[in-house]
Amino acid sequence: MITRTEWALAAGLAVIAAGIGLAALRLNPYLYFAGYVILQYVVIATAWNILGGYAGYVNFGTPAFFAMGAYTAVFLIRWVKAPLPVLILAGGLVAALLGLGIGYLTLRLRGTFFSIATLALAVVLQTVMINWEYVGGSRGISVIRPSGPPFGNYVVFLFTVMTALAVLAVLVARFIERSWIGRGLAALRDNEEAAECMGVPTLKLKLFATTVSGFLLGVAGAPFPYYVTFVEPNSAFALDYAVNALAMPMIGGTTSWIGPVIGAVLLATAQQLATVTISSELNLLIVGVVLVLFVVVAPEGILGLVRRVRGR
Amino acid sequence: MFSWDLLANAVVAGLLLGGFYAAVSLGIGLVFGLLDIANIAQPAFLILGAYATYVMNESFGFDPILSGILFTPVFYLIGAAVYRIYYSSFERRGEESLRGLVFFFGILFILEVSLSLKFGVDYRLVQAGYIGKSIEFAGVGIAFRYLIPCVVGLAMTGALYLFLGRTFYGRAIMAVSQDQGALRLMGANPVHIKTIAFGVGIAAASLAGALLITISPVVPSTDRDYIGRMFAITVLGGMGSIGGTLVAAVLLGVTESLMSTFAGPSWSQAVSFGILLLVLAVRPAGLFGR
Repeated sequence: MITRTEWALAAGLAVIAAGIGLAALRLNPYLYFAGYVILQYVVIATAWNILGGYAGYVNFGTPAFFAMGAYTAVFLIRWVKAPLPVLILAGGLVAALLGLGIGYLTLRLRGTFFSIATLALAVVLQTVMINWEYVGGSRGISVIRPSGPPFGNYVVFLFTVMTALAVLAVLVARFIERSWIGRGLAALRDNEEAAECMGVPTLKLKLFATTVSGFLLGVAGAPFPYYVTFVEPNSAFALDYAVNALAMPMIGGTTSWIGPVIGAVLLATAQQLATVTISSELNLLIVGVVLVLFVVVAPEGILGLVRRVRGR
Repeated sequence: MFSWDLLANAVVAGLLLGGFYAAVSLGIGLVFGLLDIANIAQPAFLILGAYATYVMNESFGFDPILSGILFTPVFYLIGAAVYRIYYSSFERRGEESLRGLVFFFGILFILEVSLSLKFGVDYRLVQAGYIGKSIEFAGVGIAFRYLIPCVVGLAMTGALYLFLGRTFYGRAIMAVSQDQGALRLMGANPVHIKTIAFGVGIAAASLAGALLITISPVVPSTDRDYIGRMFAITVLGGMGSIGGTLVAAVLLGVTESLMSTFAGPSWSQAVSFGILLLVLAVRPAGLFGR
């Protein structure tokens, strides 16, 4: 008898294998370039949803975590030329520590105040990075990719890495959702006092959610320096990440792991197409409009719409 | 290195900046502090007001302050409309906290991107006779482009104080912030009152936008700098207390000015957010909390 968890693991491995297969095909390089961004948003949206969707704490500071991953990588590349797996792990850990920090903030801050504090955190960290010359300061820093990557092209290699990271993120989210942790988070999302009274360890769960969410956001950011080869504060801390990170789960549906994946794939693909065919400014406008439309008209996202159609 | 002249100049510049920051924060104090509506999009209306002023100044040579005042009815109506959408989509359904926040974040983003599509990312500024002039007083220079926004900001603070304390609608707004149910029992419609308050809040933001573009050039992404300032001042000032808002604004203005004089302007951004984080972590009720 094969359990559902084993099915999920097998499906994850199949997706990674498919990613490697795609990389071996050596299609038009742009496809890998765009595919990387879409997969990166799958990680970001999934990570955001662990805190925002499951626990109900809206994080506006996604860029802070993403940039912590990216800047940890920049620092390690400059310092010891660390290999990519070390960068990803270290980037994730630094962002996880930051996540743990904001987890303690939830002790005092709920709802709106928590969201504003996370936004504040992003700006403070951006200011620190602007003033830290070692990692490029406000002018930014160039990063040289290692030579001789697998598949003959570093972006293609990063595409396979991001595929694996996306699978990891989704599996983690799915595991959390199906376990007692997910049920506890759902309880504290609906009513934190009631959950606490029923014996749900709310603080531990919140710390867990912020740390895991932070870790995955940092992981998504760690390969970023090698992807763009030039890191500067405005691109690493872009507000686009904050908007996309919450727009994608909101559009897909926040209650299930598949929601952020649907939202990320749809929205990121649409953005990539719009960037090529129209302009990058206009595609951001589309994200904003779609987001507002969805929260007003379909607050449960695409998953909610599907459920409503099925329910009839 | 240290000079008293520099210090005096920095303090005076900070005080003037504080008056302007008060103007910037009055609207959010009303909307967030009193009505509990987390309007993250407030800074975007500030910038929208600045651009409206820019267009009037550039095309017709209007004085920035005058055109800011002329635009307030328009922004009042915009604000009232935004509140109506917010009310019918979120507040009535009891979903205001999370989705409402996302809604306003989306509006912030839409306004910012629309402005950069229309006007590009170049810095825009206004022309007026007094911009660039200054007076010298005991070794301390006072620039008119700071002095006038400060005076207007103080006037706005006084006007809002009188409005909330002395007029029927102002008192109704205070009442709605304290007990909505009781207000309904008195026969007043809280939604109507809140629409007025929200409209006034947005109108105040637009007028502050006119002051903003008088002080310094503006780009669409300037709104981000003011998210932290607005919320820091509102929280520090004790959520909707007008006097508290003024004190907090002056405190922030002076701190930022000292920081930018003695540590460099690139750090001044972190001041407001740092204060905000600190206040939220240590004393969320602010200095003058209820």
